[in-house]
Amino acid sequence: MVDQKITPLEFEKPLALLAQQIELLEKQIGEGAHPELENDLDRLNQQYDQLKRSLYSNLRGIDHLALARHPQRPYTRDYLGRWDSAWIEMHGDRKGVDDPAMVTGLLRMGDHKVVVCGTQKGRTIHEKKNCNFGMPQPEGYRKALRLFQHAEKFQLPIINLIDTPGAYPGLAAEEHNQAEAIAVNLRELSGLTVPVISVITGEGGSGGALAIGVANRILMLEHSVYSVISPEGCASILWRSADKVAEACTAMKMTAREIKQLGVADEVVTEPLGGAHHDADFAAEKLREALVRHLNELTKMSPKELRKDRQNKFRRLGAFVES
Amino acid sequence: MFCSRGFLSENSFQRAAPRPEGLSDNDMDLKEWFANRKKKQEQAEVKQPLTTEEYCALWTQCFQCRELLYTKDLRENLHVCPKCLYHFRVGAEQRVEQLTDPGSFEEIDANLRSSDPLGFVDSEPYPKRLRDAERKSGLVEALLSGTATMEENPVALGIMDFGHFGGSMGSVVGEKVARLIEHAEEKRLPLILFSSSGGARMQEGILSLMQLAKTSSALKSFHDAGLLYISVLTEPTYGGVTASFAMLGDIIIAEPGARVGFAGRRVIEQTIRQKLPADFQTAEYLLSHGQVDMVVERTKLRETLVQLIEFHTKQNKPKSGSSQQTEPVIPGRAG
Ligand SMILES: [Zn+2]
Repeated sequence: MVDQKITPLEFEKPLALLAQQIELLEKQIGEGAHPELENDLDRLNQQYDQLKRSLYSNLRGIDHLALARHPQRPYTRDYLGRWDSAWIEMHGDRKGVDDPAMVTGLLRMGDHKVVVCGTQKGRTIHEKKNCNFGMPQPEGYRKALRLFQHAEKFQLPIINLIDTPGAYPGLAAEEHNQAEAIAVNLRELSGLTVPVISVITGEGGSGGALAIGVANRILMLEHSVYSVISPEGCASILWRSADKVAEACTAMKMTAREIKQLGVADEVVTEPLGGAHHDADFAAEKLREALVRHLNELTKMSPKELRKDRQNKFRRLGAFVES
Repeated sequence: MFCSRGFLSENSFQRAAPRPEGLSDNDMDLKEWFANRKKKQEQAEVKQPLTTEEYCALWTQCFQCRELLYTKDLRENLHVCPKCLYHFRVGAEQRVEQLTDPGSFEEIDANLRSSDPLGFVDSEPYPKRLRDAERKSGLVEALLSGTATMEENPVALGIMDFGHFGGSMGSVVGEKVARLIEHAEEKRLPLILFSSSGGARMQEGILSLMQLAKTSSALKSFHDAGLLYISVLTEPTYGGVTASFAMLGDIIIAEPGARVGFAGRRVIEQTIRQKLPADFQTAEYLLSHGQVDMVVERTKLRETLVQLIEFHTKQNKPKSGSSQQTEPVIPGRAG
């Protein structure tokens, strides 16, 4: 049955409407007024299941985007808490700032001890503001880099969770050299000798996502998206219109399945029907299983192999013709 | 050649109404006056009908100080305005000419061409945009790469050209940068990359984004091999190029006035809803915010690069019979 606490998205409205009717009917039957309505209820329930299945198996790019941005979608901290309630948070770039938009820490996952880094969107208004809506500052990327170096020193695997619209386009961010912070992370991640797994859990927004995305394995949750520029940015530049976001989503091929087809993502992790926010426990468990499986594989590789494997992965990406 | 937009004001073509110079109307035969006027008009016409293109080819107006400059002089001054030092954008081929020993440049990877991995169509299909860009710029890609010598120092040189597809980085640019880095590492050459780019190329989607990782990853090995990489930031350098190889130089030089950043000025202004300082993201602003080692005028760029290369690659042999030393490189604004 539908969880009424979940805010329906635009494309989910027909489903929500049907759910309302079912609920109404259930209430009437419950009051014992019209026992003959039982058949109708069964029919409606069947319709509901059918509609739900067809709706979520024919999603457009922009629908995935809406799911990826759903305000009730599990965020980094929701996963970390479910995986290891005793995970240890680490703070700060050691240079003056602790960016709440980048969460870092130490965590146990199965038999593995790992370093985790993840962008964090906020749930409440206060949290959202504090986390800058999941857009890290340069200091956030440098905080992550510090943890990467920690992982390298103690030979711990790294898991990065990505859910960010991108790096923050602000004055201080530019003055503190956002571009350099990202570039250094790209270079340093590529040179690590420990396993690195990055997961796009929601939005993978451009360079700000890639800054913790240079990994041996890239996983994407079923409804997550990954793009070179926000679809809004793409629409306004190429179509010169804010109304063409749906077209931009389709043209950029940014859904999990498309990104896998392009050879960038290695695995698409199934979400509960309707999206991870319908059952965060299930989503977290599915992702944990996938991560453990990849960790088991990667920890068999030597440090040298791990570095080479990661560099090769990105060395191959691209499409061109050589005449 | 550059033709600055909109500088051909009507005034620059207006000439004084033909007047019989040296003769007053009084002591002149009317017939002679008309003949004279006709002749004057013809003479004027011989000089006058410069088409816009011809005019542009001969003269260039400085974007900054509005001075009309004789294009040939401007070219000889490396496209730097002699009056206000405004640095005009220059193409990759011109850069090669300006920087390297004559005839020493050998292009590599000239045979790489963009494909259309996404089947991308906005108002036009990507392949058509590619053809248009090629026709307009005369280049097949936004990066020219190869090896050359500078004052006999061998170097690996990559130069982006903003004139081709806004200098955007797609798979080909990324691949060419990566191959150049690998070539430089293999031959143990110093590497110089000139950036000029609007960012990653949207039409190749996520694959363009991956070029940031590819080029930065290639630089990791190069870095570990102890080799020298000088990044030169030129007008304009933004987005994915800044957030990858452009900011990873052992030494970072910017040309005067060059605008360099990650996010564009307009996007930032819209986000923070406040006006940015006028010199925001200029080379000089970057210098004062610790982001580049030096701002070097184009006319001094070649000698600065050579000095830096020799400083890092040549053995420090004491010169016999002389205490003469090469001039130290002074950080900060040269020239
Ligand atoms: Zn000038």
